Amino acid sequence: MATGAKVFVIAEHRDGRLKKSTFELLGASSAAGNETHAILLGDGVAEMAKELGHYGAAKVHLVQNAALKHYTSEAYSKAIIPILQSGGAEVVLASHTPTGRDLMPRIAARMNVGLASDCTQLSFDGGKIKVRRPVYAGKATCEVEFLGSGPQMATVRANALGIPKPDTGKSAEVIQANADLGDLKTKVLDLAKGSSARPDVTEASIVISGGRAMKNAENFKILEEMADVLGAAVGASRAAVDAGFRPHRDQVGQTGKVVSPSLYIACGISGAIQHLAGMRTSKCIVAVNTDGEAPIFQVADYGVVSDLFTLVPLLKDEFKKVKDH
Amino acid sequence: MNIYVCIKQVPDTETKIKVSGDGNWIDTAGIKWILSPYDEFAVEEALRLKEKNPGSTVTAISAGPARVVDAIRTALAMGADNGIHVEIPETADSNLAAKALAGALKKEAKVDIVFSGKEAIDDGAAQGSQLIAEYFGIPYVTVVLNAEYSASSVKCKREVEGGAFEMIEVQLPALIAAQKGMNEPRYASLPNIMKAKKKEVKALKMADVGASESDQKIRFKNFQLPPPKQAGKKISGDPAAQAKELVRLLHEEAKVI
Repeated sequence: MATGAKVFVIAEHRDGRLKKSTFELLGASSAAGNETHAILLGDGVAEMAKELGHYGAAKVHLVQNAALKHYTSEAYSKAIIPILQSGGAEVVLASHTPTGRDLMPRIAARMNVGLASDCTQLSFDGGKIKVRRPVYAGKATCEVEFLGSGPQMATVRANALGIPKPDTGKSAEVIQANADLGDLKTKVLDLAKGSSARPDVTEASIVISGGRAMKNAENFKILEEMADVLGAAVGASRAAVDAGFRPHRDQVGQTGKVVSPSLYIACGISGAIQHLAGMRTSKCIVAVNTDGEAPIFQVADYGVVSDLFTLVPLLKDEFKKVKDH
Repeated sequence: MNIYVCIKQVPDTETKIKVSGDGNWIDTAGIKWILSPYDEFAVEEALRLKEKNPGSTVTAISAGPARVVDAIRTALAMGADNGIHVEIPETADSNLAAKALAGALKKEAKVDIVFSGKEAIDDGAAQGSQLIAEYFGIPYVTVVLNAEYSASSVKCKREVEGGAFEMIEVQLPALIAAQKGMNEPRYASLPNIMKAKKKEVKALKMADVGASESDQKIRFKNFQLPPPKQAGKKISGDPAAQAKELVRLLHEEAKVI
């Protein structure tokens, strides 16, 4: 471990399950030979430490407190910072999820260091990280240089690193920590679960999006049915959102979500520059459009010039055959 | 109430990005600059809160090079009363910008609430709001879709993933970072655009607000444009054949399903 760094990963969980994006961070860190720590906060979450070990955490810092049951930046940062400081963290990683992006700037400010957000490339070199991130919603990318001393901090986009295979033979040492949370100025009153069982567009490994050509909100049902066969999320272009077909949280593009799934299927989306900016880092892009000249075909790995209302039900059946096989 | 809104000027979403000669920034020549779209919701929310509380003022603050005064004028044209510009370098990071904005807030007599957009669409770092709140010493709630205001606190509907929401109560003063959909931003009327041109925008330097270049903690470098995509495969045939072939390719060639 001579060349490795002390890497601390903020573990994230929702509805009693650890996030796949946490496993990505643990896997990348441990594969590079780092001393990999996970920080696990919550209430009644001790059981999750085992799984963090399977994915590469050598040590799990566990803080349990009723005030940590639901995430708030205030309580989480108060619990995390002493662990980073006493543990001599050299690298601090979290996923660029709603929690990670809300939390990490506050920790960076308190540690008086910089933060590289939403990285899509991460590598380790002699105890330091090297990161690249999209800017202008993916119209360009750049490296991030950390100035000054202190730990290097980054949030990493979900699906950017790939999920490692768990090794159930590995286990992590669990270190119980206490947190002095003091007076808190923010409190979670209530949680409203999503109405959908489908994954979020930013986290799904397959995203199926519809554009203005979907014509109305009801027609998205055919995309939802296909999504359910694949365990995919359903997204939408700005045109479809502005037309009221889908809520804004489903919007993919520069003024919506930026996604990087392994498969992105664009149905009836022409491919405006601000939409392409939100999905062009997808590993495989499929475009379905009646207009063979639509700009979306310039970024598509596979293009199908066809009417989506005819093609999508057929596609769903074909996907089903592969899945059932 | 003394209401503040922190805003950023960014390239228009239709901008074609080019890399600068040294590769360490973008070429800013010919860019059309706009008020960052999420900040429009922040300005609108500030104005609505002012309208519900007669006697309130809304002050728009931005940090950046000289050009960002135009974004402040946009906020003034929408109805903000005052503007403050803190001059920082074009290539400043979120940390330096937040130090500058928090420093400007500290010079104000009383700050009851601060609004911002949940992220700016240029670097999309989503750090500024949290950092401003941290350096100014107030709590924050980000990605807020709806807010109910009372004298001492705000109840926020915060969007998280998978269509889920959190209801969060935060004590004032606090920073609220707006998500798209929080409201419907108004258009500036022509008379208000004219009036905004005459309003004074207070000009501050970094030294005036206790910030310096050493507050920059990261630097972007080695910009690259995405590699041009190889021409994709067009799949021909009747729809049934297209569907079959596409799924075969995704399964056997791309191996993504």
